[in-house]
Amino acid sequence: MSLATLLVLADGRLPAGGHAHSGGFEAAVSAGRVRDLAGLDGFLRGRLHTSGVVAAAFTAAACAAGLEAGSPQPPDPRALLHPTDLHAGSPQPTAPRPIDPRPTAPRPADPWDVFRRRIAELDDGMDARTPSPALRRASRAQGRALLRAGRAMWPVPAAGREPHHPVALGVVAAAAGLDPLAAATAAAHGTVTGPASAAVRLLGLDPYTVQGLIAALAPECDRIAAASAGTANDPVDELPADGAPLLDIGAEHHASWEVRLFAS
Amino acid sequence: MTDHPHEHGTDEVPHTHPDPGVDPHTPLSGGPRALRIGIGGPVGSGKTALVAALCRSLGDELRLAVVTNDIYTTEDADFLLRNGVLPAERIRAVETGCCPHTAIRDDISANLDAVEDLEDALGPLDLVLVESGGDNLTATFSKGLIDRQIFVVDVAGGDKVPRKGGPGVTAADLLVINKTDLAPLVGADLTVMDRDARARRGDLPTAFLSLVEDRAATPVADWIRALVKDRAATPA
Repeated sequence: MSLATLLVLADGRLPAGGHAHSGGFEAAVSAGRVRDLAGLDGFLRGRLHTSGVVAAAFTAAACAAGLEAGSPQPPDPRALLHPTDLHAGSPQPTAPRPIDPRPTAPRPADPWDVFRRRIAELDDGMDARTPSPALRRASRAQGRALLRAGRAMWPVPAAGREPHHPVALGVVAAAAGLDPLAAATAAAHGTVTGPASAAVRLLGLDPYTVQGLIAALAPECDRIAAASAGTANDPVDELPADGAPLLDIGAEHHASWEVRLFAS
Repeated sequence: MTDHPHEHGTDEVPHTHPDPGVDPHTPLSGGPRALRIGIGGPVGSGKTALVAALCRSLGDELRLAVVTNDIYTTEDADFLLRNGVLPAERIRAVETGCCPHTAIRDDISANLDAVEDLEDALGPLDLVLVESGGDNLTATFSKGLIDRQIFVVDVAGGDKVPRKGGPGVTAADLLVINKTDLAPLVGADLTVMDRDARARRGDLPTAFLSLVEDRAATPVADWIRALVKDRAATPA
């Protein structure tokens, strides 16, 4: 696995729409729940251990599904044809093949069918864990944007028009040849850096001390990512479902504002 | 810029000298998607008023939609709606997270999604105007988002603005110097602005505009009409 590739995917400057989202921070600031560096620290820890845990788990699971199906390269469709078809020059009528009287072995499931089913289940699972419609929209908008960026870099398989962000992140990570641990690390890290960057812009906090908070949370991100890698193949219903009701409520208030700076 | 036939003094601002006989633009590619024109410029220079005027001028002859990038989300979109220049389904607002320049230059994903959504919802379009949030003289659009860009400055911002340059003034495909009706009131010298714009921009066009006197923004609308016509004539 390429560490430099992980840096490419986790780069805050990746053009994947993240800069316009505060991860609920704008709503928290406006409600007076967060005013300063200590407040940001609490906010980041709370988000990492709720949304972050869920995002990391679903990212790892989507990544595992992508790797299982054969990312980064989808199967060559020609390999599915009869071998002689590969040599066919101009189309010519072929005699019907004699019917084989022997019972046929059950065909192995198309790995990309399995992939699509798992991705759809994970996407539903994210919906179930995201009660706020505004946060669902924000997650899907960022998933769509990430797929766009991912397609420019790696052969990303179809994963729907706008999957939830963790699902998209896992699919793109697999296409990049990253493993579930790396993908989940990027997910956990991203749930912290998004609001931290918004905090610098919204509260005018010292960017160095904010960066210090992010660095202090790195071991926690690693721990969460390791746990996520361990559950990457678990049934969706058994994946973490930690929630942060104040983030959900704040997101709904935020979406109703006439004037706001961030999309979420 | 690499092919530079003469030396510059150290006090000179770097600049280029396009061959007057050559169109400095790369040719527009034809194709089914709409021509996308970015409209940028400092806060208060009249971008939204220009968009409204262009909607009035071009709305009946072109299949047109607008994406706004306000600092405060839907303010500009609401202005266009209130003024009734375009039906609501033809306007999308993009939120920019305190960074209007990022949304048009470094991370254009939300704008591309908005353009795609408009084309999905409305069918083929001839023209999409992407209005940036009010920013500063350094903001420019990514070529990944738009085909051509208009930079709007206004006379009331001071007649030194063209001389100060910046990528918007020097490189925009069309520079619009707006609110010329205010020139006598703010002591701005339009000839100075014209001379400085020429010096900064070489052969790139500059249009002087007063939306109070010309509610149809005629020179800008004509410039866009020519681009749309060119594009229609270019094979995909």
